[in-house]
Amino acid sequence: MPYASHLEALEAEAIYIMRETIAECERPVMLYSIGKDSSVMLHLALKAFAPEKPPFPLMHVNTTWKFHEMIEFRDRRVAETGMELIEYINQEGLAAGINPFDHGAAYTDIMKTQALKDALDTYGFTAVFGGARRDEEKSRAKERVFSFRDANHAWDPKNQRPELWNLFNTQVNAGESVRVFPLSNWTETDIWQYIQQEGIPIVPLYFAKERTVVERDGQILLVDDDRFRFLPGEKPVQAKVRFRTLGCYPLTGGVRSDADTIDAIVAETLGATTSERTTRIIDYDGGSASMEKRKREGYF
Amino acid sequence: MASWQHSTNVEREQRSLLRFVTCGSVDDGKSTLIGHMLYDAKLIFADQAQALELDSQAGSAGEGKLDYALLLDGLAAEREQGITIDVAYRYFSTEQRSFIVADCPGHEEYTRNMAVGASNSELAVILVDATKGLLSQTYRHVRICALVGIRHYVFAVNKMDLVDYDQAVFEKIEADIATLMEEHASLSCAVIPTSAREGDNVTATSARMPWYTGEALLPYLEQVDVGTSSGEQGFTLPVQRVCRPDPSFRGYEGTVATGSIRVGDTVRVLPSGTSSKVASVLVAGEPADAATQGQAVTLTLADELDISRGCVLERESAAQASTLFVTTLLWMDDAPLVAGKNYLFKLATQTVPGTIYEITHKVDATTGKRLAAKSVAKNEICSCRVSLGRQLVFEPFAQNRTLGSLILIDRITNATAAAGTITHKLSRSDNLTYHQMDVTRQLREEALGQRARTLWFTGLSGSGKSTLANAVEQRLHAQGVHTMLLDGDNVRLGLNRNLGFTEADRIENIRRIAEVAKLMNDAGLVVLTSFISPFASDRRRAAEIIGQDSFVEVYVSTPLEVCEQRDVKGLYAKARACEIPNFTGISSPYEPPERPDIVIDTSTESLEDAAERIVGMVLGDA
Repeated sequence: MPYASHLEALEAEAIYIMRETIAECERPVMLYSIGKDSSVMLHLALKAFAPEKPPFPLMHVNTTWKFHEMIEFRDRRVAETGMELIEYINQEGLAAGINPFDHGAAYTDIMKTQALKDALDTYGFTAVFGGARRDEEKSRAKERVFSFRDANHAWDPKNQRPELWNLFNTQVNAGESVRVFPLSNWTETDIWQYIQQEGIPIVPLYFAKERTVVERDGQILLVDDDRFRFLPGEKPVQAKVRFRTLGCYPLTGGVRSDADTIDAIVAETLGATTSERTTRIIDYDGGSASMEKRKREGYF
Repeated sequence: MASWQHSTNVEREQRSLLRFVTCGSVDDGKSTLIGHMLYDAKLIFADQAQALELDSQAGSAGEGKLDYALLLDGLAAEREQGITIDVAYRYFSTEQRSFIVADCPGHEEYTRNMAVGASNSELAVILVDATKGLLSQTYRHVRICALVGIRHYVFAVNKMDLVDYDQAVFEKIEADIATLMEEHASLSCAVIPTSAREGDNVTATSARMPWYTGEALLPYLEQVDVGTSSGEQGFTLPVQRVCRPDPSFRGYEGTVATGSIRVGDTVRVLPSGTSSKVASVLVAGEPADAATQGQAVTLTLADELDISRGCVLERESAAQASTLFVTTLLWMDDAPLVAGKNYLFKLATQTVPGTIYEITHKVDATTGKRLAAKSVAKNEICSCRVSLGRQLVFEPFAQNRTLGSLILIDRITNATAAAGTITHKLSRSDNLTYHQMDVTRQLREEALGQRARTLWFTGLSGSGKSTLANAVEQRLHAQGVHTMLLDGDNVRLGLNRNLGFTEADRIENIRRIAEVAKLMNDAGLVVLTSFISPFASDRRRAAEIIGQDSFVEVYVSTPLEVCEQRDVKGLYAKARACEIPNFTGISSPYEPPERPDIVIDTSTESLEDAAERIVGMVLGDA
């Protein structure tokens, strides 16, 4: 294909995927996690449907443990773009005091996986855009762009629908749905270069800054609010850190960095020696097949 | 030789993208080859390398060797069984290019997954084990890759270390490859001797094979020109959707399939044949003067025409509309293809129901020989003739990948049953002989896109059977399901007018209803019957006539007191006054079903909820 650059090829592919979804699927929604991939996905949606506003709502499954700067950024972007935002919080889990300090893997299951399934059931969405990329993790490397989910939101990795050329089979029966990944073929570097090229707004946490942190088991955790639990002997320290991925602040590690501009981030990413998911504590529970297992149970 | 230093931003922006597929079995060292490319080139991250070393210790590679394949086999089942089931995508870049690698399973059972990886690739790297030479799977892989449109091939004759880097072994295999490619004369081809395990000719030219003067694999991939055919192609744009934010703007969204277009150009709309001039062009949402192949655009036209998703805008192309064509299919469904079956054909942005009316022949994937065939099994290739219910706009695949490729969707299971490419159009005069076949219930069901069955509503008079059956039928009809409701009104007054209320007549009444329901099921319809049918033996006979698989017993269990209280037709009052003899529930028993498929109590569940529940069951397991 005669594209000016590989980024233009990836952009055209993502726009095509989004348009197919909106043209063929009955109740689409975009899962908006506020991170850089979501920011790119939203930017692509604005381009894909211009001059029309993207004809679907955004949905944020809020665990109530997100960095506060994420929530501020989310509300600002929603106001700027005029997109409809659905915020979903697992109220039962909230009432039961489920939190990442005491409940470990159960926290992720209840406040993220279960909450997502409940949210999708509540609103009856049949197609859900997600910002996952195949370069993130081994089981994701095998997932289709249109990833079929049964009525229990489960993924069957051994029996995926064949997906040839750019012909997507979007047919689902009642209760079933598809997860759609327009950024499947993007790498972390592509995401950063595209943010740089297009000037896409991102959460300030991505930029290095002096922050109040705790170092624990090789991870740098941000003391984001007074709910943070210090282990015996732990003292908060000041350090210049930034975050390569964003999620729940007690589960997301930062990295020491001086990269405080987008150019510096891109330069740093090009020389990166660890993949970005190492700063996500969530992947390490249960060994190398843990992401696949969670996905089979309905996690994004 | 490429430098592995990371390049600066400016250079990266101008890099091209190459999508390639790797074919071969795990035994050929296919995953090892890609793993080694990434590892050698430091293109895997430190934590992945560390995980790899840990996995290798635990795994089968042994003797402290790295098992590079573990980098790629991502699914738990694959790691357990040591095989590749599904295509895995890997990403890396050098100064020259960004690469998307589709690493495909080699095993015949997973041919369809290989086709998935190949279909979006511009080039295929075919692994050949130097100790074994060409295998039947080599021929199959090339044929599948060629079928889905790959024009450029690199054969990596691997495991050269195991044949002592012997030139003679390589040259013998090279000659076999030349013979193999004779059949695919229009495709480009290179042959490189490698050792994926030892890293010979993978990223750098090997000193151990001085007799080989060509490039190593990676430098070759960095430079190979995979430019698509001539720039002389006409313009085609399948319309994905219409953008109408307000009455003043009407834009047609889509990705340019071939050619290019400028503001002011005249375009024709297919299949309608109307035309207009391009008034404006947006490329990825930004105003532009022109757009070219592969770009995601929004076009507005000078005239208001009737254009919707599925239409094709074209200029000087060979796109045409027809209901008849010949296609080459790769069958992918577990259920075999039989002529006469009805499918949804999805091509570009069009989805049209149609029938494969004739299987012309099968193609042996290894030898390429044509074989006569009545049916086609999973992973087999065939040529067949298709007749559609509506016109489809297409071009032969050789000219237009987008307008020449299609998938078949099973109308009942929704499975992607096959992938195909259009060879050419057929006209009515092309000796159209419909395949000898019986039009069976299955074929009728498929034509209607539904599974026929009988919902047998049973319950007391006044329990709400008919109201419920009506509500269910309305909902099914609204969802496009073809239905028929049988109740007292249309059966007792007509077909069964001559029957009274004796035991013999009662049995005959149910028998006739069941036989009519069965005929309608055979016609592909979903039948709803609403009769008190109080006796278990009668319902059992009905189930036997209709067939247990099609018989769905819906027990409307509303309690007698509630039914009597409602007494819509005043029948209970008459029965209590002994004006009606043998009235079910009063003077004659009602035998509740022992194992109904669904139970509805209309005194505790709303009509809407109950109807939705039944509809959900009917559509859910369709």
